[in-house]
Amino acid sequence: MPQDVFAPWLDPDANPIIQFKNVTKKFGDFAAVDDLTIDIYEREFFALLGPSGCGKTTMMRMLAGFEAPTEGHILLSGQDMAPVPPNKRAVNMMFQSYALFPHLSVWNNIAFGLRRNGLPKDEIAARVDEMLRLTRLEKFARRKPHQISGGQRQRVALARSLAKAPKLLLLDEPLGALDKKLRQETQFELMDIQEKTGTTFVIVTHDQEEAMTVASRVAVMDHGKIVQVATPPDIYETPNSTYVADFIGDVNLIEGKAGAMDGDKLAISWGEGLADIIGTPHTNFDKGQTVYFAIRPEKVTITHDKPANPIAFRGKVLDIAYLGNLSTYHVELPNGQIIKAQTANNRRISRRGFTWEDKVWVSWTDTAGVLLEN
Amino acid sequence: MRRFSWFNATSLTLGFAFLYLPMVILIIYSFNASKLVTVWAGFSTKWYGELMQNEAFLDAAWVTIKVAVISSTIATALGTMAAIVMVRSGRFLGRTLFSGMIYAPLVMPEVITGLSLLLLFIGIGLDRGVLTIVLAHTTFSMCYVSVVVSSRLVSFDQSLEEAALDLGCSPFQAFFLVTLPIIAPAVISGWLLAFTLSLDDLVIASFTSGPSATTLPMKIWSSVRLGVSPEINALSTIMIGIVTIGVITASLVSKSTVARQQREERAAERLSAG
Repeated sequence: MPQDVFAPWLDPDANPIIQFKNVTKKFGDFAAVDDLTIDIYEREFFALLGPSGCGKTTMMRMLAGFEAPTEGHILLSGQDMAPVPPNKRAVNMMFQSYALFPHLSVWNNIAFGLRRNGLPKDEIAARVDEMLRLTRLEKFARRKPHQISGGQRQRVALARSLAKAPKLLLLDEPLGALDKKLRQETQFELMDIQEKTGTTFVIVTHDQEEAMTVASRVAVMDHGKIVQVATPPDIYETPNSTYVADFIGDVNLIEGKAGAMDGDKLAISWGEGLADIIGTPHTNFDKGQTVYFAIRPEKVTITHDKPANPIAFRGKVLDIAYLGNLSTYHVELPNGQIIKAQTANNRRISRRGFTWEDKVWVSWTDTAGVLLEN
Repeated sequence: MRRFSWFNATSLTLGFAFLYLPMVILIIYSFNASKLVTVWAGFSTKWYGELMQNEAFLDAAWVTIKVAVISSTIATALGTMAAIVMVRSGRFLGRTLFSGMIYAPLVMPEVITGLSLLLLFIGIGLDRGVLTIVLAHTTFSMCYVSVVVSSRLVSFDQSLEEAALDLGCSPFQAFFLVTLPIIAPAVISGWLLAFTLSLDDLVIASFTSGPSATTLPMKIWSSVRLGVSPEINALSTIMIGIVTIGVITASLVSKSTVARQQREERAAERLSAG
């Protein structure tokens, strides 16, 4: 059955809801956000991903109006936001600490923003009840924030920020305070609510799994710049730099020298006495140029016998990480390079094939890896 | 638990006796039937009755309460504002000087504060009376308020105010709807502290009052010079009572808030664990 794929960023006629135009934000001499340009579209679930201090929170605070850009413009629905104070923006934020008002009940916390709009009482009540239903908090309406659990507080914070039906919802590390199980459940809840309300979500996170799970597009940031913006599969399978490849998921990075092109294949020489790695480049590499070959551990096959695949190397098992569903083997090649190979444990423990010091083969196909310049 | 030795018991008794015996004697003798303060002649509350008839004392009491209420209210407003500036504004030119100047009156000898205020009031030609005592008391008690309030503000999560702004409050609304209710216990205990300080004060009030306004401590001081009367004892007992209630209320307000928060947080933890 054909289905419309949600990808407004590919449509040249789509109007972005948020536009960053050459935005720079400096704190003293330090540029937290450095000449950044990006468009975010309506109904997107957009994730800003990066290590702490990469400028993602500053970007969010500029959208909310708590910080003003030093240079450049931020446009919301085409309108420059610089002169608009935070309380006049059709943008709401869910804070990392939740920032629930401790002196107000759950119900009054959610009603807080609606009251500022001066809506009639019955309309406020109807909207608050709707939000309570959406976040499954009906039973806790009369409780104070410190009388409910962490997960419930997180939902109150979400309900409060959604109550005013903002054009744009900002989520600052929204699930950071939850434990792993609850976090995974809540990720799906967030996606569900985002779909139901049709609000544009921008989420800030340092957790790459979270970004990959919830987002329609992920922007990987480093030192105030966006390194790559793409859908989760694209960013995982075709990272544009070693930084992105290394930041998202686990990766084997091999440095080598580009050889001659053979059709659409490139040979990379990378160690004495070892066969060249054959890869499929997306860009042009000059002969002799340094090239990084990045391959995900799950795309590396580990076998006892020499495989039929031409790209295969002999090595010995150095370490085994058993994760239950997966096992990761660290295989040392003769030149000291360690290759991580991951296999799914689709059989029970009786048939585990490899152990420490085993001589094994690691191999992969010629399209399994990505060739990167830096 | 540590053993309660004779040495500990003795030093504890002596210490408390040193602090409170004079006050206990004063309270006991306020119920003395005799006119002579040193001779016990049976229990009576007549001096309290006579006190109620004494116009001069009642006037002084009225002035004292008026001064205490007005000055502690102004001091609370100013002290809270100063605390917010000190805690929130981060680093600015002259911050250290400014914070030093807020806390200096805490350690300034009262005589000097009183004298300098007196000189100021004479200098600007302000007639001394209730107004000048109010101004003087506001000046020194606002430091105490700002110390109490700023210690609360340091632990205040500023994202609460940002959340209020984000939800459509003006900065003014955010303060009154979110910040003030949350720091209210500290503000109230600051007010009570300022109130009792103003109630007690003799030195600064003596410097800054005029013939038209006499506070209770001044009245007591001047009548004691003519000899201690049981009436004074009764009056002092009432003042000790008021101050004690004020201090206890102030500490209970802050303590019960902390206790309630802890209790509720524990309850929340149980809830999330279970």
